[in-house]
Amino acid sequence: MTDVTPPDVTTHAMAILPEDLPTAGSFFKPHRIVLLLIAAALVFCIVWFMRWDWLPQYLPRLGYGIVVTLAMLFSTSILGFLLAVPLGLVQVTGPWPLKALASGFCTIIRGTPLLLQLWLLYYGLGSIFPQTGIRHSFLWPYLRESWPYGVAALTISFAAYEGEVMRGAFAGVPAGELEAARAYGMSRWTLFRRIWLPRAIHRALPTLNGETVLQLKATPLVATITVIDVYAVISKVRQDTYITYEPLLLLALIYMCLTGILVVAFRYLENRIPTRGA
Amino acid sequence: MAADTIINWGLLALEPPGWGGVLLRGLLNSIQIAIGGYAFGLLLGVGGAFGKLYGGPILRDLMECYTTIVRAVPELVLILLLYYAGTDALNHVLNLVGIGTVDISGLAAGIFVIGVVQGAYSTEVLRGAIKAVPAGQIEAARAYGMSPFKVMTRVTLPAMLPYAIPGLSNLWLIATKDTALLAVVGFSELTLVTRQAAGATKAYILFFCAAGALYLALTLVSNVFIKIIERHSRRGFVEQS
Repeated sequence: MTDVTPPDVTTHAMAILPEDLPTAGSFFKPHRIVLLLIAAALVFCIVWFMRWDWLPQYLPRLGYGIVVTLAMLFSTSILGFLLAVPLGLVQVTGPWPLKALASGFCTIIRGTPLLLQLWLLYYGLGSIFPQTGIRHSFLWPYLRESWPYGVAALTISFAAYEGEVMRGAFAGVPAGELEAARAYGMSRWTLFRRIWLPRAIHRALPTLNGETVLQLKATPLVATITVIDVYAVISKVRQDTYITYEPLLLLALIYMCLTGILVVAFRYLENRIPTRGA
Repeated sequence: MAADTIINWGLLALEPPGWGGVLLRGLLNSIQIAIGGYAFGLLLGVGGAFGKLYGGPILRDLMECYTTIVRAVPELVLILLLYYAGTDALNHVLNLVGIGTVDISGLAAGIFVIGVVQGAYSTEVLRGAIKAVPAGQIEAARAYGMSPFKVMTRVTLPAMLPYAIPGLSNLWLIATKDTALLAVVGFSELTLVTRQAAGATKAYILFFCAAGALYLALTLVSNVFIKIIERHSRRGFVEQS
């Protein structure tokens, strides 16, 4: 088992979460105002002294790249979560062959780098498919592109990490609640749909948010298999203009903004879910 | 068709017609970077955690900026920025001092880059662990008249270790996998040499699976050691049911 610890500790260390957001009032302290002024001066120097003349020309492509990045993020997170629920459930209640299969899948995916999985799918499967009958099937126009491989790799990776989280969440739902539901005569499916799944998601929510931020941080890898996301657009800028730093700084800023928006959205969602005693 | 499906294991031979030796050298490079980066990250993390908990308001805010940026920007982007900016800045400084430019080895740059990223993560892990140490223990050490440094080495660090080890061991596993990202800047670690081997022989599936097995073996072997260290560090704790 790769899982030596509840993953939420590490998730929090690697991804920013709603509780890390500063409050508006926290900026009005004397030393923070000075620091903000210094930061503003730094930003001004970057804007004034560095080269930004390439920016207007590439702006439409950057917008397109951001849309691709976000599409990658949301599609793979949703697909990955849908896979993670059975993966987690099977590890808690399933028969042992399924249990072993699911935990083996999670161990293998979590034990190898995402970049390697991505290249295995793209170059490996991509080199096999043309030799098989798939070339004549209706899927071929899609499999010739690179994005399905990116979506597949990111989905699998998200499902494995999230499956581990859901396993803990399913196991952590108090047995009394499930017994109460059974005593009410709920069928297994009703119990799962009404009690077990909602309670597990509720417990896993903070970690889910963190994993989604980590998924955003993983999306630029798809640029290495020629998907044109925002990272790939910036790489193109760097190739075309021979400017090293400015595009990368802009890219870091874009990702910080995307992460920030994501985290604020999660805070909004978390506040809407009622918690007892809070 | 048949010739492609039969696996040509000879490609993995250690001697030059096979690529096994190249893969193992790549693995060795990856491990070196992971160990170096992890150690450097731990140093940064200890400094960062103490700065965040006990530093002045300005130091605390600067540390917050560091961890926030690393936690919000993809590792790949950070690695590119640090790889180019780090080597450039070092050469600038050396030029100013008058030594002239040096060629920074990929190994040193890789360790630096992975270390900076790991430093932010371990800052957060260690900060949480230090906060879990009962305040009375640290106060007692102070009451004995220990200097802040002695409090750190004798009480805070040993006492927080059981709380930190689960997070730190996860960070080690992440460090081994993050080394793969250095393939993008052209450092010949395991993932990049695998791609080169696969490209040269067209046996993509074989080589990527072989590399995956090597990474997995690294993770599983690490897990064995982690279990031992964890059991050792938790001795004297009440077993959780």
